[in-house]
Amino acid sequence: MLILTCPYCGIEADETELASGGEAHLTRHGPGTSEDDFSNYLFTRQNPLGVHFERWRHAHGCGKWFHAARDTGTLEVFATYPAQTAEPPKTVCDAIRKRRPGWTWQGTA
Amino acid sequence: MSEPVSALNHAGFDGLAKVTECGLHGMITLRGDLAARAVKAAATGASGVKMPGPNEVQSKGDNALCWMSPDELLVICDYKDVRQVLDKMHKSLGAAHALAVDMSDARTMFCVTGSSARDVMAKLTPADLSPATFGPGQIRRSRLAQIPAAFWLEDDQSFRIICFRSVAQYAFDLLCTAAGAGSDVGYFSAAPIRPT
Repeated sequence: MLILTCPYCGIEADETELASGGEAHLTRHGPGTSEDDFSNYLFTRQNPLGVHFERWRHAHGCGKWFHAARDTGTLEVFATYPAQTAEPPKTVCDAIRKRRPGWTWQGTA
Repeated sequence: MSEPVSALNHAGFDGLAKVTECGLHGMITLRGDLAARAVKAAATGASGVKMPGPNEVQSKGDNALCWMSPDELLVICDYKDVRQVLDKMHKSLGAAHALAVDMSDARTMFCVTGSSARDVMAKLTPADLSPATFGPGQIRRSRLAQIPAAFWLEDDQSFRIICFRSVAQYAFDLLCTAAGAGSDVGYFSAAPIRPT
């Protein structure tokens, strides 16, 4: 059972109290962008075995959307953090690197 | 005027714990910046109850303030007084960016009381109900089997539960089943084991 701590209300909620929102930190491509960009935005998702960022909603609780950084292989949760950010904050990246030395966000240092 | 009736009209069940539908309550949802002075004043002024902290309930008599999320409070009052309380809140909010809406008829409230109340509730919700983490004065929004519900402890042996009125019968059936005779798990209610 996946247990995530909601960063808004601090409740340790288990998977059944949450609603999954898919991959986090997508860049939105709307009207006026190329067809490839729009198509990728709609359909192309990462599916890594390892460190992954996801959106979750505390559906049966405070109702807020938040982000979680976790390992899809081991189910280890590195951090949960508020959704008002375009990329994982430094503290989250540091927490991941502590457990997975050498890991970088989208391949950049 | 027709006479308002609650979803299950005070239905009751006596088992491991006493389950009661506790009738109509005035419930007002207040959304806004809970740190804003106008929002705080509207909530506390209308209910006469102190402002609750995160995941807390404050109550005084029949009135209560429940912390529902970082930007949402539930004001509980007498069913008859809702209009009056709401008017008072709107006046107090003034131009503040906030929303106060009467939700009384959308909800149902249950009481579960008895020494096995914790066990009965713990069968239905994934929330940690151990006395060390959940005690009187705290509120938890979670689920009971398949439906969302919020609950808090009035004292160590009595729960108050709020859910949608549309699922009142389901919630009542759940609680009665969980409180059915012969289904005691004795996890929280058992006497502590003393070392020999």
